[in-house]
Amino acid sequence: MPITYTSGEQIEVYRFSIPVTVGVPLLALFLQSFVPRRISYFSYLDLPLLVTIFFSMARRNPISGLFTGAAIGLAQDMLGAYPIGIYGIAKTVVGYLASSLGAKLDVENAGARLLVTLGFYLVHAAVYFTVARGMVNLTLDWSWKVGILAGLANGFVGVGLYFVLDKFKQRT
Amino acid sequence: MESVLGRYRNLTILVGVLFLQVLGLAVQVKRSADAENTRLIRIWAVGAITPFERGLVRVQNGSRNLWRNYFFLRGVRAENRELKAQIEQMHLEQVRLSEDAAQARRLQMLLSFKEQYIAKTVPAQVIGSSGSDLSRSMYIDKGSNDGIAPDMAVITAAGIVGKVLRVYPSTSLVLMINDQTSGVGAMLEKSRLQGVLQGTANGEVVLQRVMSDEQVAPGDTVLSSGGDQIFPKGLPVGTVRKVGAGKEMFLNILVKPAADLSRLEEVLVVTQKQEREAVAEGSGRVRAADILAQRLPSVPDKPAVDAKAASGGSASGASEQSASASAKPQLANTTRAENGNGTKLSGVSLAGGTAATRSTTTVAAPPPANGGVSSKVVEKAPSGDSAIKGNRGAAVRSQDASGATGSGTTSSGRTSSGTSSNAATFPAKPTVKRAKPANDVATPEPPAAEDNPH
Repeated sequence: MPITYTSGEQIEVYRFSIPVTVGVPLLALFLQSFVPRRISYFSYLDLPLLVTIFFSMARRNPISGLFTGAAIGLAQDMLGAYPIGIYGIAKTVVGYLASSLGAKLDVENAGARLLVTLGFYLVHAAVYFTVARGMVNLTLDWSWKVGILAGLANGFVGVGLYFVLDKFKQRT
Repeated sequence: MESVLGRYRNLTILVGVLFLQVLGLAVQVKRSADAENTRLIRIWAVGAITPFERGLVRVQNGSRNLWRNYFFLRGVRAENRELKAQIEQMHLEQVRLSEDAAQARRLQMLLSFKEQYIAKTVPAQVIGSSGSDLSRSMYIDKGSNDGIAPDMAVITAAGIVGKVLRVYPSTSLVLMINDQTSGVGAMLEKSRLQGVLQGTANGEVVLQRVMSDEQVAPGDTVLSSGGDQIFPKGLPVGTVRKVGAGKEMFLNILVKPAADLSRLEEVLVVTQKQEREAVAEGSGRVRAADILAQRLPSVPDKPAVDAKAASGGSASGASEQSASASAKPQLANTTRAENGNGTKLSGVSLAGGTAATRSTTTVAAPPPANGGVSSKVVEKAPSGDSAIKGNRGAAVRSQDASGATGSGTTSSGRTSSGTSSNAATFPAKPTVKRAKPANDVATPEPPAAEDNPH
């Protein structure tokens, strides 16, 4: 079973150097802005979300996770067309949940990471749409087909990305 | 209380952070209803990201241009030949279309219609995007420093792309037509049915608000209707791909955008539109022979001939013709052929600026030989003037043609159009007697679409 339930003492908590903490989210935001104009399918990926999930789960600290999500989400909002805060709220929730989950479960297996990423993608989308439609009154439609496919795509890319980012982990 | 907060510390902080963001959203939503100002924080974020994107785009384009322009030139000659042949075809097509356009203008004038023209555009390069499938927007490398403002239309040669949403000093954010929050006034070309074009969650484009009892078929062309006050009427939007039943009593018309929205590299921002009433270009028509004549190479003016004409003093119609012939043989041939027949000449004289020039030339020619024709053309001169107003392309040709024909005609034409530099080109030319230019002075029309560098 890839997901193992362990006590807080048994789970390793990781930290990251400052260049990685700052540089990786910035690089993710840059790629998210630059690449989709060249590869249109890239827009279905949400690299900032994947980075949020990774950092939050590795640090296993809900406060750190929610602030990481808020910072990355707000930065993503600033580059977008909609009001600032929609991504911020969605990623704050995901960061909090991911770090809370990371504190309870040790998710190191590729299959578990795929499922967790898919789940968080859907949670992120649900919060995003709720805020966008309920608060900002944007007329956005949700497509289950696109949502699931994009979630799976993010899951697969996430597994690869997490594998790369694992190299930057530092044990506390 | 403290123990409760301490126990649920994480949750409390989460609620606090979320509350702050919700508050920020509420402020933005309220303010955006009053005035759409770009927030400083956005300017900083965009200013931090876009220089890198711009740099990468330049490097990418530079290396691609180096490859395409200097190394990979296979098939360029054949392509060049094909393009030339295509241009020939298009010129002939242009003749036919110009007649239709002239007729349309006459009808519009009768109804006092106001038309919108794209007067000025600014080319821009796409450097980035919002990077999400939930919002379809892109960044271009032109901003307020280049005259870009919010709500300007963004187009390509193929069709419309979107509108400028936010403007920064050197970049702008463009909301594309396949974004779910965009709305473009559109109509079907054949049936003239109007609807609203919107994006879907899948990034597709749908024409909405067309009643379900209307006949719409796949392949129908969709144009901008101008109803949104952003896109001028008649710009290509796309073609109908699929028609299905939509919400309530409306059709759901899936449209394939004319511009490839996923592979945009360069776009045009419409920075200036002009609205004016249609002006008919007399009853004249441009003939294919005229267009072909103008495209043939011309021989520079020979001063000797002009001097001869000046010393002759009489400046007969024949000498005028020969000067013209030496100046631009092909065009002169056309003129001679027309001179042989007064009707033809008057017919030509109605075709815009060229007509004005030619008609004046005939006036300049003294009496007998074709005196009847002259008097007839004098009467046509005013209509030639109006043609200058109406036909901008012809007005440009008139300078060209009069430059070749030269003499007093030129100076009069130039005076009328206010271009003194061209008159100075022919200082040695004799002042040919002209009929009193009561109606000969063409009031220069303010520049319109010819300002468009494209």
